[in-house]
Amino acid sequence: MAKKIRILVAKPGLDGHDRGAKVIARALRDAGMEVIYTGLRQSPEDIAAAAIEEDVDAIGLSCLSGAHMTLFPKVVQVLKKRGASDIVVAGGGIIPPEDVPKLKKAGLKGVFGPGTPLADIVDFFENAAKGRAK
Amino acid sequence: MGKDPLEALRERVKTWEKGPLKRSLDSVPERKKEFTTTSFIPVQRLYTPLDIPAFDPGKDLGAPGEYPFTRGIHPTMYRGRPWTMRMFSGFGGAEDTNARFKYLIAHGETGLSVALDMPTLYGYDTDQPPAEGEFGTCGVAVSSIRDMDLLFGGIDVASISTSMTINSPAAMLWAMYLVMAERRRVPWSKLRGTIQNDILKEYQAQKEWIFPPEPSMRLVVDTFEFGAKKVPQWNTISISGYHIREAGATAVQELAFTLRNGIEYVKWGIERGLDVDDFAPRLSFFFNSHNDLFEEVAKYRAARRIWAREMRERFGAKNARTWWLRFHAQTAGVSLTKQQPLNNVVRTTVQALAAVLGGAQSLHTNSYDEAYQVPNEEAARIALRTQQILAHESGVANTIDPLGGSYFVEWLTDYMEDEAYKYFDRIEALGGVIPAIRKGFFQQEIANSAYRYQKEVEDRERIIVGVNEYVEDEETEVTPLRVTKAAFHRQLARLKAIRAERDAKKWRRSLDALHKAAEGDENMMPHIVDCVRAEATLGEICDTLREVFGTWEEPLLY
Repeated sequence: MAKKIRILVAKPGLDGHDRGAKVIARALRDAGMEVIYTGLRQSPEDIAAAAIEEDVDAIGLSCLSGAHMTLFPKVVQVLKKRGASDIVVAGGGIIPPEDVPKLKKAGLKGVFGPGTPLADIVDFFENAAKGRAK
Repeated sequence: MGKDPLEALRERVKTWEKGPLKRSLDSVPERKKEFTTTSFIPVQRLYTPLDIPAFDPGKDLGAPGEYPFTRGIHPTMYRGRPWTMRMFSGFGGAEDTNARFKYLIAHGETGLSVALDMPTLYGYDTDQPPAEGEFGTCGVAVSSIRDMDLLFGGIDVASISTSMTINSPAAMLWAMYLVMAERRRVPWSKLRGTIQNDILKEYQAQKEWIFPPEPSMRLVVDTFEFGAKKVPQWNTISISGYHIREAGATAVQELAFTLRNGIEYVKWGIERGLDVDDFAPRLSFFFNSHNDLFEEVAKYRAARRIWAREMRERFGAKNARTWWLRFHAQTAGVSLTKQQPLNNVVRTTVQALAAVLGGAQSLHTNSYDEAYQVPNEEAARIALRTQQILAHESGVANTIDPLGGSYFVEWLTDYMEDEAYKYFDRIEALGGVIPAIRKGFFQQEIANSAYRYQKEVEDRERIIVGVNEYVEDEETEVTPLRVTKAAFHRQLARLKAIRAERDAKKWRRSLDALHKAAEGDENMMPHIVDCVRAEATLGEICDTLREVFGTWEEPLLY
């Protein structure tokens, strides 16, 4: 039997808007993945540590407060520092279009804005896990 | 003797169903098997007096300004004065938001509403580590009395009312506002405004808390008591369904959870020994205004009726003002789309119309660019203009409760009221509001509704224009709004200056006195005001209380 895909859904920073993160967590779970939800107010260090400890394939970050440019790249950096750059990082929230290329350059493999179909996000994580298994 | 008119109608409807309706359905079936509101309530093809057989206009509606206030809390409603146009604003530092306030006032806004940034909402100063990356991004940073003073620079606080969306640190921000007024020699008796101060919905939905529920509730009741004595025109709470709805709740859940929270605050106030008629008239409400026009109108009407009844019957309030449910409405942020953003102007218009038809006392209209960012100036102006067009051009403010007597709206009002009481019973069965929070009841109910809604969008059972139908490839340009680095550095410099310049002895004494008061059981509000007078920062005051009360961790679920 194939190993279940493991995803960490995380809320970095102070933002309390958790509707999106919870909906995504549930959609990934319904798609057959193993989902770990960190809860609110996690530092990039907390998130990276949880991802390594839980041996996840990918991390989905959610931030609607506007702090994504500081917090998202930091998660990538901490993973790198801890030798876990193979964990795929993606993020979503209220993210102005001009920030998307900057986040990608900073190492995020996916950036999702409002209105993204759940199916696209499920596909993204399935592909991310496949890519990692190679 | 003539036939009973209802009987006659019943026969008429039956004949219609068997004849013209059946023929019509046979040739052209309806678009869907089941029609529902935005909140999943099944909606019939037609409503008639047969759907509200017990309807008693005298008892169920009364007259405007009279119990049970279904039609509105004032005898003349908008014919006397339109609702307050109050735009929720805040970004960057105090200077940035002060400029936006002045811009909106110059364009006809009639009340102020402050959006604070994340660190402020959590009781942190801009220079504390958890604030990293969050300065001014989704509201203005107010770390001290000096920021508060700049925020209202050149604005006459004796003549305009101010609402502040602040919860866990509500007492602290209110104290800053009071001390700001004091320094300008404006008596507190003249101040009008609102602090949101609704901590229960933070645990349930908005998730910006500091302390555990019990000490948080104590702080809330401290403000009730202090306000009743010292700041008589201030609304010491705005019991908010808005965030519950935004987090995914249905209209019924928003109604039920908000009113049950309201009842909880009244219970705590009475337990403190306060007279319900002394503090409850200053309790105000805040609801969402979503897309489904009739559902929203019914919700507001049901809310007024439930509150009036609970205040009069359950708590024995004698003052008619205690029975009033006064509310602010905000259009649904969650309904705004990133795709084809100008369509959001239309959504906001429909939602604002619902709030007006539902008898709101004040209204915020969202800007079309909010799926991208905190609103730019132009988008905020159009949102304000939307209200002005409704007030002056549409004619909807000419008569009171124009949907009153609609078979559908009356049926839906009754239905929502009944459903709210069912939730009250479920919450009671869990031991009340705080035990239900600890069990994750509200959080799970809200998450379930949010997921159900998203699934329906995903399965295209719900059409969202521009998102899952009428999709376009073109990207629309939205003028970006950016918080400047300069604003951040000004804020850091201001914090450094206040720490260097204040009287260190006085500052230390004020924080020690607050610490002691928190350990005992006296009202903390006068001590918080003293801390602000001594120029203690928000973070310092909140850290003092964190030491005494600890912090809250929520049950994890999704």
